[in-house]
Amino acid sequence: MPADWQPTCSLELLRLRAQTLAKVREFFAQRAVLEVETPLLSHSIGTDPNLAFFSTDYISAPVTQTMYLQTSPEFAMKRLLASGSGSIFQISKAFRNSESGRFHNPEFTLLEWYRVDFDLNQLMTDITDLISYLFGAKLDLHAMQRISYQQIFYQHTGLDALVFSAQAYNEFALQIGLPEALSLCGHDHALWLDLLFSHCVQARMEHLSCYLVYGYPACQSSLARLNPADARITERVELFINGVECGNGYHELCDPQEQDRRFCNELTVREQKQLPVPTKDQHLLAALVSGLPDCSGMAIGIDRLLMLLSNSKSINDVLAFPVCRA
Amino acid sequence: MAVYSTSEFKAGLKVMLDNDPCAIIENEFVKPGKGQAFNRVKIRNLKTGRVIERTFKSGESLEGADVVDVDMQYLYNDGEFRHFMVADTFEQYQADAKIVGDTAKWLKDQDMCIVTLWNDAPLAVTPANFVELTIVETDPGVRGDTSGGGGKPATLDTGAVVRVPLFVQTGEMIKVDTRTGEYISRVKE
Repeated sequence: MPADWQPTCSLELLRLRAQTLAKVREFFAQRAVLEVETPLLSHSIGTDPNLAFFSTDYISAPVTQTMYLQTSPEFAMKRLLASGSGSIFQISKAFRNSESGRFHNPEFTLLEWYRVDFDLNQLMTDITDLISYLFGAKLDLHAMQRISYQQIFYQHTGLDALVFSAQAYNEFALQIGLPEALSLCGHDHALWLDLLFSHCVQARMEHLSCYLVYGYPACQSSLARLNPADARITERVELFINGVECGNGYHELCDPQEQDRRFCNELTVREQKQLPVPTKDQHLLAALVSGLPDCSGMAIGIDRLLMLLSNSKSINDVLAFPVCRA
Repeated sequence: MAVYSTSEFKAGLKVMLDNDPCAIIENEFVKPGKGQAFNRVKIRNLKTGRVIERTFKSGESLEGADVVDVDMQYLYNDGEFRHFMVADTFEQYQADAKIVGDTAKWLKDQDMCIVTLWNDAPLAVTPANFVELTIVETDPGVRGDTSGGGGKPATLDTGAVVRVPLFVQTGEMIKVDTRTGEYISRVKE
């Protein structure tokens, strides 16, 4: 009989999870944000080349269709927003294939919410309020700092995140003991930013620090709209606590043509990398054509928050059954 | 030899990196929510013993290294090479000073040790955790002192120098922990 039938987390962690979820629901109930549920299993899936998905066969005789476990509930929630739902939130499982490590489990719990008529600044205030509400006195966080990507990147690397120079970036990489950086990243600006931000900037964020990093470079815009005043940056924000990436938000892209263009770009990259190429989510595009209200949305990994709330070293310490025991 | 992908990099796995055999110590998956996944790997070069960190894109792979640890008996030193034998098969291997390194000071004829083989050639020699060696030289201790506080240096028959209690004398056999180089006890013959 296998010896690993028991949960990897303690019973206290089960209780902490239940309390945290209850507080999240309280927080949004107080703000009249509606809790919703959308499918985990869907006919469409996000096209981000950096997110690997799970697919499965839906047998509906006489045909068999490919369906996907959602990497996030974003598209379905935007369809609700376009239908007039008003502000909504969801606590759901999300699935990302191949992601396993100290901070990753291929199945994880995501809190995602959308606030109608909120811009990025209002969203950041919302995030600050939620984190304070959840952490209270448990974690003595310094005042949350809002800082632009360009500024925090410069602080820790001396480099300009918006102006790419393979030579300058590589000189810095050599200084910090990353001689492999050039062969890893070549002349791919976005890849260099991923490498230096995760290996250097996050690593240098102080203990008990909490940053809202906004104004991501346009090459890392994903589903955010571009800044109307400066097209080099995008209306995207990320939350970092103790240097751990906890969540990602946007002032959402509402333009169906721009969305369609980004889908096509991502699908092209997928083809080049010989990754599976799903079809564009026509439901989302139709919803955008019908009209997505001006809104901002945020997704936060609940498991990572639980790790921070309980000072856990590994995501396995906060999950009942991580993938190795699932 | 097999090829291993970043997701298979577990502590202890032996792989080839920059043409040298290496052992994985630690493997951290680093993935920005919206970006490229990396594996930050801590790795020991088995030739030099140096530990380095190296980042890979997730999904990259390394060739496995044919590295095995074999229990062997140390036979003798011919001046240039030290000779070892696998007890079961009588198969013999020789290793020069560069490979034996610091381990030499713990090797006594006939003792068992671990020889790490890479492509069937010795790469490193690890002594047993505990060895019993004879003191060939140490200052006479102070009469009546049995506590051994502070101690004194003693040279052993292999050339190693360890600190021993004051009451231990030349000609006695002692047990030493090779991992720390510390005296453990006297050995009754």
